[in-house]
Amino acid sequence: MTGPAPLLEIRDLSVHFARPRPTIFHPAEMLRAVDHVDLTLHEGECLSIVGESGCGKSTTALAVMGLQEPTAGTVLYRGKPLNGPGAPGRKERARIAQMVFQDPFASLNPRISIGRMLLAQLSLHGIASGSEARDRVAEMLTRVGLSPDHARRFPHEFSGGQRQRIGIARALMLDPRILVLDEPLSALDVSIQAQIINLLMELQERLKLSYIMISHDLSVVEHVSDRVAVMYFGRVVEEGGWKQVFTTPTHPYTRRLIDSVPDMDAVLAQRRELPPPAPVPDGARFSPDISARPDPRTMPEPSHLATIGPDHRVRLAGKAP
Amino acid sequence: MPNPDPLLSVRDLRVQVGRRGPQILHGINLDILPGETYGLVGESGSGKSVTGLSIMGLLKRPLNVSAGSIHYQDQNLLKLAPRARRRLRGDRIAMIFQEPMTALNPVASIGTQIAEMFVIHRGLDWPAARRRAVEALDSVQVPSPEERARAYPHQLSGGMRQRVMIAIALACRPDLLIADEPTTALDVTVQAGVLKLIDELCRAEGTAVLLVSHDLGVIANMCQRVGVMDRGRLIEEQDTVALFSNPLHPYTRGLLAARPRLGSRVEGGRKRLTELEEIVPPNARGHDAPTLVTPRGVRAARAEATA
Amino acid sequence: MRFNFVFGLFLVSVVVLAALLAGLLAPFHPIMDADLMSSELPPGAPHWMGTDAQGRDVLSRILYGARVSLMVGVVSQIINSTIGAALGISAGYFGGVWDDFVNGLTNVMLAIPSLVFALAIMAVLGPGLPSLLIALGLTNWSWTCRIARGSTLSLKSQSFVLAAKAAGFSDWNIMRTQILPNIVGPLLVIGTLGIGSAVLAEAALSFLGIGIRPPTPSWGNMLTDARELLRTAPWAAIFPGLAIFVTVLGFNLLGDGLRDMLDPHMRTRRE
Repeated sequence: MTGPAPLLEIRDLSVHFARPRPTIFHPAEMLRAVDHVDLTLHEGECLSIVGESGCGKSTTALAVMGLQEPTAGTVLYRGKPLNGPGAPGRKERARIAQMVFQDPFASLNPRISIGRMLLAQLSLHGIASGSEARDRVAEMLTRVGLSPDHARRFPHEFSGGQRQRIGIARALMLDPRILVLDEPLSALDVSIQAQIINLLMELQERLKLSYIMISHDLSVVEHVSDRVAVMYFGRVVEEGGWKQVFTTPTHPYTRRLIDSVPDMDAVLAQRRELPPPAPVPDGARFSPDISARPDPRTMPEPSHLATIGPDHRVRLAGKAP
Repeated sequence: MPNPDPLLSVRDLRVQVGRRGPQILHGINLDILPGETYGLVGESGSGKSVTGLSIMGLLKRPLNVSAGSIHYQDQNLLKLAPRARRRLRGDRIAMIFQEPMTALNPVASIGTQIAEMFVIHRGLDWPAARRRAVEALDSVQVPSPEERARAYPHQLSGGMRQRVMIAIALACRPDLLIADEPTTALDVTVQAGVLKLIDELCRAEGTAVLLVSHDLGVIANMCQRVGVMDRGRLIEEQDTVALFSNPLHPYTRGLLAARPRLGSRVEGGRKRLTELEEIVPPNARGHDAPTLVTPRGVRAARAEATA
Repeated sequence: MRFNFVFGLFLVSVVVLAALLAGLLAPFHPIMDADLMSSELPPGAPHWMGTDAQGRDVLSRILYGARVSLMVGVVSQIINSTIGAALGISAGYFGGVWDDFVNGLTNVMLAIPSLVFALAIMAVLGPGLPSLLIALGLTNWSWTCRIARGSTLSLKSQSFVLAAKAAGFSDWNIMRTQILPNIVGPLLVIGTLGIGSAVLAEAALSFLGIGIRPPTPSWGNMLTDARELLRTAPWAAIFPGLAIFVTVLGFNLLGDGLRDMLDPHMRTRRE
């Protein structure tokens, strides 16, 4: 390991929820939404977390944002913990990471005009006021592809794609270093998705942002990510550079996920073959076993993320050697 | 090559909001052949779902069919008495929806809900209908069907609920299944299973499918022919392979270009995606272009209007 | 239905105008113009609603009584709405022990008949306008609280609330600027309906002799005075009763009409 501390480090993060007990005679059950997750985000990178509903990817995102208190583990920003004693307050944290939400309809308060929403952030943080603040809002709206006079309008006057642009503007208003994108495209039409992807990629380069993208859409993930982590039942089962994960998908779950994507190229006679897996040590067994659905309430078997190639790790059964 | 007689013919179908309101469908023409899977693809607001609902006779007020015809077996469905139409629904023409939770009755067991189809449309008594319901659950690959028949919708996962919906829809071996975004609410690995199931069952029974979806990948994998809708118009219709290899209408080209393809990224940075507007400007969309019909059954709205 | 709203608004406006312009409209002084010589006169000129046992003009007393009734109704309901909204929003937003406590308190309040509770408070504080406002303001907030809590619960999981948290806004700020504006509609409906029941409760308490102290006219104590005259001068009871009826009906129709107008199903919010 060389160089400075990574921008963001998620260390051994767990979020467990108590499941409601059917009666008081039932034992308390824990739902392991996120279980011992380690992830690293480097400056300027896009780290994508993929998986299906309930795999813990959104809970991980909320924990990074400080919107979900972790059961155990730490999130470090440039080596300094963001949770636990001595962690920065809500206001300080807001300048570090911001979030873009999935549903462009629920993510804007219907009663507040766009301009007022954006100005409130600037005045809360004492960044700017008066005409300077209004100039900043106008500049930001232009930057995300809207027009400055949109500030006077209310959310219901915008289309889904425009709302998502407003959501991005809101997230960028405090000039954060990290954007957490929680399924930013899944509520949008295909043609709008392309616009938003292009906008996000352009902003990342121009503003030197780092992204954590939560998504179930593997085509988009492959297109924009630098690194990819695949989550399954609260755990990371495969992780690495986009090329490693997509050209040598190795964990059976990753392979199943990629294989399930309905692919339009398949009809053009040349059915896409699933790329070959990377070699794993002899006798190694993948964890968990995906032929049976794991029970998120029971203690999972001991397992570890084993390095199987440069920048490529998969979860194998057994303790780390 | 002469085409077989269509199972369902939609001619100049127009749907309007109220009597004076805006038009939602501007004259849709399409044929569904017996046993084929026909895909209707488009973005939200394109009118693809409204087309499916019109065929089913389930348009909600204030939407109403203002002109056109829907012929099924020499009868115009739009001229049929409500009772006769109801008898066809669920029996000869069935439908499955995007969200199976809202389409199932939460207070009836799923066995009862499937059995009901046999009682209503086949006149079976309840014990016999229940036995058929268990068979139907088995055919949609629900594990331990006898036990699951007693379960209620909320006790099942999304994928299982959609399988139950398919069992209900296919209970009476309909001629046509209208599937409106059947897997949009499901996870991708579950989606793959449900699509495979629809494909297998309908192929085996010779059931034609009208698959309505926004997902080009799903359409490509399921359908023999595809119609592309935009702003209430069917702007292109081709065989699936032809459509995906040689899209004629600029809008179709734009739609195909806007989507990143899995496995297409090459090393050395990320590429910008082609946005739809760069291929078809927004003010060029939704015009009434004269429809072009070629002898081979390939149709596309003429491109001049939009070029 | 639009009709409810319009008709309710009309009735309420009539009552409000009557209260505001009582000094101009009333032909007699409600207290000073007692004249035993003209007691229990039937309706007719110059006493359009007759006179009571002490010869006071019923119409004038009703007009001045409207001030008391409306003031009690509106002020006590403002207290109720404030308490209910504050408890409900904070309970829904924070959850946990505080939510359990507020929920328990609300259930207890709902289980006690509010009039009996108000009676107990009045017994401690003694009769009079201020204690009446307190008694009615403390006993009728449970429905407001429930509605506020329920709406807050569904709002707080909306991502715009999460976004405000992520932007560094304090919980107090989020409750005030993100949540409250979104539930003002239902609270307004409940509040309007509550004014009607507060007017009724004021009448009941005054009727029982522990509300507004005579000789200040209130519709409740007018009914008390008229009780003995039911045979000889029924108008002394009928007109105050009618005033209560019209006012309560007006507020209820207005509340219903507001609810219909604010109902999200009746509006097209999204395009």
